[in-house]
Amino acid sequence: MTATGPWGLVGSMLVAPGFFQSQPVHTAVLVGTVVSLVSGCVGVFTVIRGQAFAGEALSDMGTLGGSGSYLVGVSPLWGYVGVGLVVAGCMDLFGVERRRGRDVATGVVLGAMLGLSALFLYWDSTYHAASGATITILFGSLFIVSGITIPATVVLGVVGLATVAVLYRPLLLSSLSTDLAAARGVPVRRVGLAFLLLMGVSVSLSSVAVGTILGTALLIGPAATALKVARRPGTAMAMAAALGTAATWIGILLSYDSVDWPPHGRGWPVSFFVVTAVFVFYLLADLWSRRRAVAPHPGGRVRAVAGPASGTG
Amino acid sequence: MTYGGQPPGEDPVLSLAGVTVWLGGRPVLDDVGFTVGRGQFVGLIGSNGAGKTTLFRVVLGLLAPQAGVVRLGGRPWARRSRSVGYVPQKVAVDPDIPLRARDLVALGIDGQRFGFPLRGAARRRAVDDMLGAVDAERFADTRLGQLSGGELQRVLIGHALISGPRLLILDEPLANLDLRSEQEVVELLGRVARESGVAVLLSAHDMNPLLPVMDRVVYLANGHAVSGTTEEVIRPEVLSDLYGHPVDVLHVHGRIIVVAGPTPVPGSGTPPPASAGG
Repeated sequence: MTATGPWGLVGSMLVAPGFFQSQPVHTAVLVGTVVSLVSGCVGVFTVIRGQAFAGEALSDMGTLGGSGSYLVGVSPLWGYVGVGLVVAGCMDLFGVERRRGRDVATGVVLGAMLGLSALFLYWDSTYHAASGATITILFGSLFIVSGITIPATVVLGVVGLATVAVLYRPLLLSSLSTDLAAARGVPVRRVGLAFLLLMGVSVSLSSVAVGTILGTALLIGPAATALKVARRPGTAMAMAAALGTAATWIGILLSYDSVDWPPHGRGWPVSFFVVTAVFVFYLLADLWSRRRAVAPHPGGRVRAVAGPASGTG
Repeated sequence: MTYGGQPPGEDPVLSLAGVTVWLGGRPVLDDVGFTVGRGQFVGLIGSNGAGKTTLFRVVLGLLAPQAGVVRLGGRPWARRSRSVGYVPQKVAVDPDIPLRARDLVALGIDGQRFGFPLRGAARRRAVDDMLGAVDAERFADTRLGQLSGGELQRVLIGHALISGPRLLILDEPLANLDLRSEQEVVELLGRVARESGVAVLLSAHDMNPLLPVMDRVVYLANGHAVSGTTEEVIRPEVLSDLYGHPVDVLHVHGRIIVVAGPTPVPGSGTPPPASAGG
């Protein structure tokens, strides 16, 4: 390997020949970007509202929709969205107040639905010889996105972003305090339902990209990373969207390159690289925020860092 | 029962009459009535579970009473009235929430509206002015999660005041505050009532921090309420009647202590109660 310089070497190692001409790559970049933008924006509110578990459950239950879609021969996206919306509606029905009871109920229903998914996936691979279905549904496959799924993803993504923009202020207020929001006339219950439905759509989109099991990785990871750094909601959403997009692009690039990596064949899964990038971003942000926490804060809370030596009264 | 009255020729900012609320087959509020006049500082005093939060939910229009009338500014109670600012009890701020003090104050202008907020010089000035009015300039750009309890309370008051309400309702704003923050918040609220003419209705389980600024007190116990000035209400016979149980009122170093039990027998070793003031 003779390099023309360090950057030439890095360049030829990073971008395998034909990357920019490949049609599946174009599609993957388009779909991956749309998914990352929506996930980043919705993810910030998911983290703020403490609904990461609900997001995970929504995403996992999408497995049922995806495997069912293969059985009837339609795009798994429809299965994800269908199940996502129905489950989000049910979650809203089963109490907003009692979070603990809701988590337990969600866990029980999740188990039942994943059990049914196992049966559907078995039928997919036996009756329909769709042996790749299991991997595609559980871990996603950006390179084989095709047909109606492409425009559908873009349209759902735009709808999702528009919904975030519309709900922005009432969501912020009710995430801070439902009492405060309700007293100001925010229809807290309906805003909560709208957000759950939005989360259902968002995890459906990320399931297309990284699969139902990893769906929340794109939803929670970039948002949690951004929230460690950003001080304003708009900044946090922009950062989360950018980080998710960067992770997705890195994933697409490395996955395309990995066709030549052992074992030779189809290349390593995109989602492996995407999720790894998301994780690395999170670790870096965590390190950064820890270092910042050591430095004195302007107008800071002296009380919080004062040790046991501080006297009282 | 209500002692004293409303200044003549002016509608009260808030008036309740015969408000009755049953929750879970139990009367929480029973025939509660009182008024709050313009710029008055009214303390709603009662122990935990006395129904203070329930009463506020009724006033805010979040809970419909089984009986009774609530009037705001002389008009029949309208749901989600803009003329009421509210600071709820225990706003648990997630340390990661990406909002600065000034963002929360700005949400007080139009936080209930749908769509993205429009930024403008006038809006920014209004927020800056309010931050100044509640002494929050120093931490205006600090994240909510990094504020102390007293600082957060002041920002919440700014959030509630910026829409220009005629009545400010605060649910246990002094709970969990250290003594200095407690005093600062009370002083701030007293100033709000006195200078901007905004009526303040504040709940607390201890009336003592409020004594310097409080115009009237509404004492809540057993679902019933008595209102009037401190001298009219905080008296053994009035409170014993309210509790349905002998109650004594002690005045110690300018503080008022309400204790249960029969009046101590002289010479039994218990210190004799100071004479009830007023």
